[in-house]
Amino acid sequence: MAKKTDTGITDKGSKTTVPKIEMRDVVKSFGGKHVLKGIDLAVNAEESLALIGTSGCGKSITLKCLLGLITADGGSIKVDGTEILGTDRKTLEGMRRRFGMTFQFGALFDSLPIWENVTFRLRQQQKMNRADARDLAVDTITQLGLSRQVTDQYPAELSGGMQKRVALARAIADKPEILLFDEPTSGLDPITGGVIDRLIIDAVKRLGATAMTISHDMASVRRIADKVAMIHNGVIIWCGSVEKMDDTGVPEVDQFVHGRAEGPLTTAAKEEARRG
Amino acid sequence: MIGFLQNIGRAALGFLAAFGRITLFTANAVRWTCLPPYYMRQFSRQVLDIGYFSLPVVGLTTLFSGMVLALQSYTGFARFSAEDTVATVVVLSVTRELGPVLAGLMVAGRIGASMAAEIGTMRVTDQIDALDTLSTRPMQYLVAPRILAGTICLPFLVLIGDLIGVFGGYIVGVYRLGFNPSIYLSRTLEYLEFSDVTLGLIKAAVFGFLIALMGCYHGYNSGRGAEGVGRATTNAVVSSSILILISNYLVTALFFG
Repeated sequence: MAKKTDTGITDKGSKTTVPKIEMRDVVKSFGGKHVLKGIDLAVNAEESLALIGTSGCGKSITLKCLLGLITADGGSIKVDGTEILGTDRKTLEGMRRRFGMTFQFGALFDSLPIWENVTFRLRQQQKMNRADARDLAVDTITQLGLSRQVTDQYPAELSGGMQKRVALARAIADKPEILLFDEPTSGLDPITGGVIDRLIIDAVKRLGATAMTISHDMASVRRIADKVAMIHNGVIIWCGSVEKMDDTGVPEVDQFVHGRAEGPLTTAAKEEARRG
Repeated sequence: MIGFLQNIGRAALGFLAAFGRITLFTANAVRWTCLPPYYMRQFSRQVLDIGYFSLPVVGLTTLFSGMVLALQSYTGFARFSAEDTVATVVVLSVTRELGPVLAGLMVAGRIGASMAAEIGTMRVTDQIDALDTLSTRPMQYLVAPRILAGTICLPFLVLIGDLIGVFGGYIVGVYRLGFNPSIYLSRTLEYLEFSDVTLGLIKAAVFGFLIALMGCYHGYNSGRGAEGVGRATTNAVVSSSILILISNYLVTALFFG
């Protein structure tokens, strides 16, 4: 029986499957400010992990380090056991083809219609022809509950909820193995947020993908995640199953999960503000 | 005193760091411009934007500059009875200096600003990161087509601008100053050399490169939020305008030093 640390990383030496994503002691600083001070995290294949934490704690930086959009200063980042930190650009680009990602504000390309946004990678990398790409875009966005008329519209013509669905469609269009979601329900009403959560759950299940989601929305976390990890002060302070989230015994996690105004996180924030 | 020296040192280091960043960006941009894949649709869009849609503003600028030049040079040359040289002065000034520089400055204002704003907005809304995650190199997809289009389009714009500028001079010369049309035309062509036009076009290519480079550089490295994009836009226009004036001297000195 493999022994697990609280970060979910299987101890070295034990014979278990290699995690799909493994981050060990990942550090990152910006101009002397240490944002990540040693992130240890493991996500197994087909597992869905939610990354929680206060604003500015380094959740998005962690995802960007994983994708190589930001180069971590140290540590190790492995995908299927293959080290990607410090690897050459070509390998990194090859690795990125296995990922799909949605950004907090959609990050849809303003100058392209929706169908080209959805099939961007397939058109650019696999040279998919126009007709096939349009058909695939229609299929994908209708699966996500959008009407086919949307395909020829531009991102600026869509509501926030529709943009999030298109972003999801773009992330899953070429069936990636790993899906990353950066605050997929932020800025949405609870009903639309719930719909997006259901679409994420369906997409992850249908693709058999491994997922990492950044979220502040605890209702959303409960719906979409198997496992939850909380970042505080640049390290993972707790990682465990979503069922155990309500009673972790870690004051910072309890305060965050229950959304209490008073607690160690507030005191730490006040202290930081006082120090400037 | 130490504080003063520290400030100078800090400014010098800042300047060197910025120079290094721009040099690396330029080297990368040139490299990715030469290597496949080539994004022809992006390139065509830029050609349309830089070449076609800049035509009215460049045309108007050079038209009125040619007209003013004819009037001013006539006033000056009449004082020592050299009115015949007006046509020659207009054509040489427009092709060698005014055409490229004015077109460059107008395009810097129009295109440099729009490139910086577009790429800057893409940076702050994570669209550039999204390109990376979709296995497309932003330098190749966004920067290379703009630099190539800028370098290619500006000489064509300047060539058309030259013709319009000379035509402006002709209008004033013939209809306002009373020159004989055929004499004005023959004077226009008599002293004009091929090198006068090519120098202007070489300058235009350099200016086009610099405008696109500065627009892309400042947009690509834009700060966060609307303020960051605004600053990137201003910096793109100011830096490309200054570089146009500096490189104008350098190119002229290089060819006619």
